[in-house]
Amino acid sequence: MKNDKYLEPSKEIRTKDLSFWQKMYVPEILKGMTVTIGQMFKPRFTYQYPEVKFEPASSFRGRPVLVHENGTERCVACGLCSRVCPALAIEVQAAETDLDKERYPEKFEINMTRCIFCGFCEEVCPEEAIIMSNEYELVFNSQEESIFGKEKLLKSVEEMKARLDFLRTMR
Amino acid sequence: MDATAIAIEAIVKIGLVVLITLTVVAYLVLAERKVSAFIQNRNGPNRVGPWGLFQSVADIGKLFLKEDVVPDAANKFVHTLAPLISLGVAMSTFAVVPFGDMITFTIGGIDYTYKLMIADVNIGILYILAMTSLGVYGITLSGWSSNNKYSLLGGLRASAQMISYELSMGLSIIGVVLVAGSLRLDEIVYAQGGYYLGFIPQWNIVPQFFGCITFVVASFAETNRLPFDLPEAEPELVAGYHTEYSGMKFGLFFLAEYANMITASAVITTLYLGGWQAPFIEYLGLSPFMVSVAQIGTFCLKVALVILFFIVVRWTIPRFRYDQLMNLGWKVMLPLALANIVVTGLVILLNQYID
Repeated sequence: MKNDKYLEPSKEIRTKDLSFWQKMYVPEILKGMTVTIGQMFKPRFTYQYPEVKFEPASSFRGRPVLVHENGTERCVACGLCSRVCPALAIEVQAAETDLDKERYPEKFEINMTRCIFCGFCEEVCPEEAIIMSNEYELVFNSQEESIFGKEKLLKSVEEMKARLDFLRTMR
Repeated sequence: MDATAIAIEAIVKIGLVVLITLTVVAYLVLAERKVSAFIQNRNGPNRVGPWGLFQSVADIGKLFLKEDVVPDAANKFVHTLAPLISLGVAMSTFAVVPFGDMITFTIGGIDYTYKLMIADVNIGILYILAMTSLGVYGITLSGWSSNNKYSLLGGLRASAQMISYELSMGLSIIGVVLVAGSLRLDEIVYAQGGYYLGFIPQWNIVPQFFGCITFVVASFAETNRLPFDLPEAEPELVAGYHTEYSGMKFGLFFLAEYANMITASAVITTLYLGGWQAPFIEYLGLSPFMVSVAQIGTFCLKVALVILFFIVVRWTIPRFRYDQLMNLGWKVMLPLALANIVVTGLVILLNQYID
């Protein structure tokens, strides 16, 4: 239409022309090669994996672990982590105890083949009992081995200090 | 010389060249992976042997053990023939490349003198051009025989690209022939022996600078090497003309690409970088036998440097689009090569009249 000014291509198009040497292609390629060959002499960033393992920072979400103080787990088997888990990986069975906390998990299982390492269980836990560690190496030889019970999940407070400090300061 | 002596000499030379080429091709796969890794700030394969040296053995072993899948409706004879043509042509071109000057062995008081070229034909360069033209068949036939539209498209694009750049290759070779005065490759290398101004080696890259550039660019296009990688680029056509190949047939294509690269480097070295001529070697005062060995070593070093150039350029610049590629081949390289011939001819003519 007559008044569609915004549809007309603009008359002033600013283009950046290639200089004479750039149009020759070859000098540009040689300039590129100095960058490429220069990179060959810079340090390499490969970790030689099985000999040198990557240590993640404390903000890394590795596999979930249950925290225990002097042998007693902090978990009160409230079931919030099980309810919030998007992959339905956690199963908790509560039972009574004579300690002050009154409840403890008789059975606490995480199916590691379902766990998606999202960290929701850690965010929702009211006792800071389940946290994400920085372990990422998980190998199973059968499906039975992939369901982690309490003995595989329990870690002491001293071991998990880095992650607990991170949660205190950053969350 | 009697027939058996000639036959034995030929068989020994051919055997050595084929063996060395196949080994170098297998290790070139590893070399490319390591060099590309170093450019990208990482180590290449380093698990299989020290510095990954047995990786080539592992790769070739894997290719042998894979199942050879042939599409049902493919033309089986042509499907098998195509990689054989590719590899055969790539290795045949080595028959006329001179590795060194005459070498003389003295065994038991008798001097045996051998020329370090497999076939001393008097058409030299024409044989190389003919062989590279045959190489187009390997790709076209593989694209057609796979019974797959996309392989066919890849094969056709590759053959169109190779044919366009063969022209500029042939025309740049004419410049070299004018300077050297002969089609024979050993004479071309002999003609690169002197010095300009006393210290610059008389390699053909100095008088034929633009011819060298055209020839090198055409070699990149002939060997389907980035930046002219479109026929086999993964995001473009799955794998282009070798999509339907697996197992050792794919291995043959794979090796044929690297063998073509070695051949192209050998030809570039012979024509433009002085072949086996080692500058200033007469000042070292070595015995003739050691000079011959040093010249073979110089040839290998030059070929290795050109191959390194091929590999580094692959990881430096992006790929050309097909229309840009054809544009370059016909509208830039061809006029440049023609202008090169005209200027070279004029200079030679004027030289004759001035002297």
